[in-house]
Amino acid sequence: MGVRSNSPELYWLPQQPPDWRRRVTALSADPVKDWNASWAEAVALAKFRLSFPSTNALDLAVQHLLSAPLARATASCRLAFLSSSTTTHLAAGIRVGASRRGIAVEMYEPSYGQYRQDLTDTQSGLYAFAPTIVLFAFDAVFVAAHALEAKTIADANRLADEFVNSLRKLWASARDRLGALVIQQTIMPHMPNYGGNNEHRLPTSGAAFISRVNQRLREASDEAGIDLLSLDTRVVQDGLEGWFSPVSWFGAKQEVALPASPAYGDMVARVIAARQGRSAKCCVFDLDNTLWGGVIGDDGVNGIVIGAGSAAGEAFLNLQNYALDLRRRGVILAVCSKNDEAIAVEPFDNRADMALRRQDVTCFVANWQDKPSNLQIIARQLNIGLDALVFVDDNPFERELVRKSLPEIFVPEVPDDPALIPRCLSDAGCFEMVAITDDDIRRTATYAENALRASFQHEAVDLDSYLFGLNMVLRWRRPGEQDIARVTQLINKTNQFNLTTRRLNESDVRAAMAAPHAAVLQFRLVDRFGDNGVIAVVIGHIADNAEFMIDDWLMSCRVLGRQVEGAMLNVLSSVAREMGATRLNGVYRPTKKNGIVADLLARLGFVTEEASNGVVIGALDLESFDEHRTTINIEKESL
Amino acid sequence: MIDKTKIYDVLRDVFAEVFMRDDIPLSASLSAKDVAGWDSIKQVEIIMETEQRFGVRFASQEVDNFRNVGDLVATVMRRVG
Repeated sequence: MGVRSNSPELYWLPQQPPDWRRRVTALSADPVKDWNASWAEAVALAKFRLSFPSTNALDLAVQHLLSAPLARATASCRLAFLSSSTTTHLAAGIRVGASRRGIAVEMYEPSYGQYRQDLTDTQSGLYAFAPTIVLFAFDAVFVAAHALEAKTIADANRLADEFVNSLRKLWASARDRLGALVIQQTIMPHMPNYGGNNEHRLPTSGAAFISRVNQRLREASDEAGIDLLSLDTRVVQDGLEGWFSPVSWFGAKQEVALPASPAYGDMVARVIAARQGRSAKCCVFDLDNTLWGGVIGDDGVNGIVIGAGSAAGEAFLNLQNYALDLRRRGVILAVCSKNDEAIAVEPFDNRADMALRRQDVTCFVANWQDKPSNLQIIARQLNIGLDALVFVDDNPFERELVRKSLPEIFVPEVPDDPALIPRCLSDAGCFEMVAITDDDIRRTATYAENALRASFQHEAVDLDSYLFGLNMVLRWRRPGEQDIARVTQLINKTNQFNLTTRRLNESDVRAAMAAPHAAVLQFRLVDRFGDNGVIAVVIGHIADNAEFMIDDWLMSCRVLGRQVEGAMLNVLSSVAREMGATRLNGVYRPTKKNGIVADLLARLGFVTEEASNGVVIGALDLESFDEHRTTINIEKESL
Repeated sequence: MIDKTKIYDVLRDVFAEVFMRDDIPLSASLSAKDVAGWDSIKQVEIIMETEQRFGVRFASQEVDNFRNVGDLVATVMRRVG
């Protein structure tokens, strides 16, 4: 059933893996053997797109862990939830949301409506609990009732002032007598209008009273130094229907509908984490198809899509402007891209349509190493923890690799459409702030001064096990008529992973396909994220001396670092053998852009020698050639 | 007209998610007394998750009348049609 109602989902988190339920069940086992490992597992299991039943299930396991003897999370907090209506259904979302950020939360929820007595009576359960944070939440019906005696708008304004002043007293006692930080939830705007568009002119209007109160809460919270939980803003963005269910309200006095409880809990957890200094500090962007459309190495500085003139160009520009807004607020910007650095910086320096300039990016890493290694380098250069990084990349392969290798880094599941990425980053609450200080705004400058342009040494990440889990299949065939357009396009577009950079038109390709003693091969890569399409082409021919000459070898950079070239050579060697060849010959012809394959032949086991002008000639003896071991399965595709 | 077996397929998934078990034998007469842990909170979870899966919203009267799985299936059939 694909239909989902419009409940707010944690859509920036990846889908639950198939073994999720089994892993949660395993966590609930008694006794807890290795507490630290179990807690790490609970944190990992919280980082998926959880529905409310799944949130409740994981919460039971989390509570089980936290009640175990020797429970010792590195970060924790004691939260008292004081409310005018039911909150028991929200506790799981808060605990799981905090676990997602590595924080263990213990909660205290007196029966609803009890908060005044609890705050005044030093013998109450609240004082015994000794909270570090008090969260106040008042439902709209309760708040709106304060407007009922208003005769004039002046009355309504005065009553709103009085109501907010009564809250200030609650905040003060929580802070001064309990020594707790205070979070005040803004009032959920769900009261129906009874006057229409100009409802605000009705003195007794509940809906108008709630907007008066919410407006005052913003000023009062700043003055009192407490934090808001801006439920009103969130509800306006997501739509009331997803957050408020009359059935839950009338049936159980639950103002936040059950399906919204994971989102509510995640919002609370962000404020808690921000207060503990656990908000991310740096946003790391991929370049190709993330900050602009297209591939800079192939399309060139004027070929990439950015700026006015098209919807996509505007959308990429909008994302760049959002990044600049983050930077103005004190978030450090970094780049992590598989590219030659000289090519990758070009748009920043030479393309006027770009909003981002080179100096806006504090740490710029473009090379051909795997991204987890580069992200570690970025964190080290900026001298911040990995958990202070957020990584934005359009490629699901790279996202999953980073999550697997460096689970501390938050990698949002950004939508394919660049127009939706700013909203995703904002909904995900990546860069939650509680107070903005001059330091925040100065921070980017300081980091820029500290960041050194180091030479990046290679640091290995356990790629093999990750690649193995991708279930990659390389499907190859001799192309048919229907493939010619794509094969030709790839031949002419690929500048970087291209041994000879020979350009051919469709009739050239057709001629090569028809030639005796020649071979045109196309390769398609399929993995568990889907079909990457035709990503590589090899063209070659047999010369008189039973030697197979590789005339063209090119591959899309999208699948770099996945052992595809080794698997391709395995295919190529068997095709060449079948054609009667005993040797493979290859040649690398350098261009400005294809430095990445300068050592390809040597890496794959060819005996190479350098000719003039950087040209490399390589030969591979097919009789002694051992197939490359890769994690890719090879299949021959029929036409 | 939505197929009754399809509804049961979806509900089996709902129950598995709510109770974290996939061995609950769903039948029209199955009710709270038959399943350990089926309390009023689980009852609301089942209803809400069913609403989510079928993209419908049940009315207060309907929710008050859910006594067993059969009632739930009948209401979904009426709503999804």
